[in-house]
Amino acid sequence: MHKYILKRLLALIPVMLGVSLIIFTMMYFTPGDPAAMMLGESAPPEQREALREELGLNDPFWIQYGNWLRGIVLEGDIGTSYTTRRDVADEIMDRFPATLQLAVSGVVVAVVLGVPIGIISATRQYSIFDNVSMFVALLGVSMPNFWMAMLLILLFAVNLQWLPSSGLNHGFRSLILPAITLGTGAAAIIARMTRSSMLEVIRQDYIRTARAKGQVESKVTNVHALKNALIPIITVIGLQFGGLLGGAVLTETVFSIPGVGRLMVESIGQRNFPVVQGGVLFIAITFSLVNLLVDILYAFVDPRIKSQYK
Amino acid sequence: MSAEKLLEIKDLCIHYITEDGTVKAVDGMNLEVGKGETLGLVGETGAGKTTTALGIMNLIPAPPGKILQGEVIFEGEDLLKKKAADIRKIRGNKISMIFQDPMTALNPVMTVGEQIMEVVQLHKKVSKAEAIKHTQDMLELVGIPGARWVDYPHQFSGGMKQRVVIAMALACDPTLLIADEPTTALDVTIQAQVLDLMKRLKDELNTSMIMITHDLGIVAEVCDKVAIMYAGNVVEYTNKENLYRTPRHPYTVGLFNSIPSPDSDEDRLKPIEGLMPDPTNLPSGCPFHPRCPNATEKCARVIPTPIEVTPGHFVKCLEYAPGGLH
Repeated sequence: MHKYILKRLLALIPVMLGVSLIIFTMMYFTPGDPAAMMLGESAPPEQREALREELGLNDPFWIQYGNWLRGIVLEGDIGTSYTTRRDVADEIMDRFPATLQLAVSGVVVAVVLGVPIGIISATRQYSIFDNVSMFVALLGVSMPNFWMAMLLILLFAVNLQWLPSSGLNHGFRSLILPAITLGTGAAAIIARMTRSSMLEVIRQDYIRTARAKGQVESKVTNVHALKNALIPIITVIGLQFGGLLGGAVLTETVFSIPGVGRLMVESIGQRNFPVVQGGVLFIAITFSLVNLLVDILYAFVDPRIKSQYK
Repeated sequence: MSAEKLLEIKDLCIHYITEDGTVKAVDGMNLEVGKGETLGLVGETGAGKTTTALGIMNLIPAPPGKILQGEVIFEGEDLLKKKAADIRKIRGNKISMIFQDPMTALNPVMTVGEQIMEVVQLHKKVSKAEAIKHTQDMLELVGIPGARWVDYPHQFSGGMKQRVVIAMALACDPTLLIADEPTTALDVTIQAQVLDLMKRLKDELNTSMIMITHDLGIVAEVCDKVAIMYAGNVVEYTNKENLYRTPRHPYTVGLFNSIPSPDSDEDRLKPIEGLMPDPTNLPSGCPFHPRCPNATEKCARVIPTPIEVTPGHFVKCLEYAPGGLH
């Protein structure tokens, strides 16, 4: 198991190299001049040229990429933000706690809603509950997050004035609306996956065996069936969580939450190349780590998978 | 047939109602199992053997399954009229079942120990330590080292899994054991081991048994009484000696004729002509008449009822009914 984890971590190195090359190339070919963005369109050309020289933007592609990579590998320095002159790592780490809070609370809402709905739908296939909840889940998947967010703000912040409409300054209370916004969409996906996975499992022979032992129906469903149905459910939850850790741009924007998603969008607008590159690398690493975590969880759920991890 | 009655099935009808039509999986069945007796339930795939077993356990998947009528009287009480909570106390405890396919009958994400312990803890008032001890004893009983109780099903071979299933079924000393083709999924040497094991356990624990099989050899080896099933009907029902000495129903006779004899020089098997009928569209009259060598025009019209040709030997064929075949 330890060996497996180590192998997977080592495999991250080529992945990160690939990601860095792709994002660097994309930024290199992006139209727009960072120097012009920083100094303003009215700045004299000589001044812009001097800044370009200073930032190394006039060097050939491979030199620029090499310098950036050398900085990361040798000094652990992802780069310096063009706008704030701060370390990119610091910029991201300033924003990450907000994103992490949002992602965790969103996933908690999604799991708490999605898994039980999926289980009940599966055990009562074609009942009214099943039909209604699957219809609502379809709505949930289809509804854009920002629209959901605005409706929630309108109802709970503006009309009822129960909850704050923006920022993260009110502690737990300020997380409720963003978490519901992010959670409902993810809950819909999780509920549908839970339902289909459970439906497959409850037709298996070992479920009949459990009933033939005289086990009560709730334990048959929640112990015997659920544990077998968990693999695809965990996969979906992992994907949702990984995605949310990369920042939920629209939700962060509507609720004015200073997260990684907004930092990225702002930096792209400003042609703030080091922040965008660093941010993408960071997002790729968190996503890979969440994936690894999911794969490790598989082993705890299914002993057959565990025996393959060597 | 003198043993004290343990289980009596009266006029049981189980249908599966699907969009493609109604399948009469079990149609008017009457059977008895005495204490310590073994009843063989023989028939082709789709004859209704497993449905009968699930019916006794009240485990018919509904929908599409439905028990239309009949009684399953076990120790004097009708199981079909019992409340869900009461029937759960009987399942796995007094009546337990060995399922057909050991590869799929065990939960892949639970250790075999947990699975055996589960049934022990459900039905016996024991501490956890006692339950573990009992689980290990059960594994030893079926010839698996008790220390392996912490292993998962995928770590066992097919024959061992079947023995785990048997250990699970026997864990609460059932009075009735239903074995649904316990040896079909196993190769021949393991089959012999499992059969020997079951016979030994039956003798030691004096358990009654319903042995579902399509193998007349197994019937000869372990059963006291036999019911031959065809398309949801029990067509012949008697003790083993009568069945092997004087088979009466044309289907039973056909089954015996189809067993190749080592003495004869024949190259070809002698199957029963024709195929099993479509279960949603059974022939009129006697369901066997299209394949029956003796069938007359009357067989297509009249549904036969069980006739007691000699004491304790029931045959569902017009040949033995008053009026005969014509």
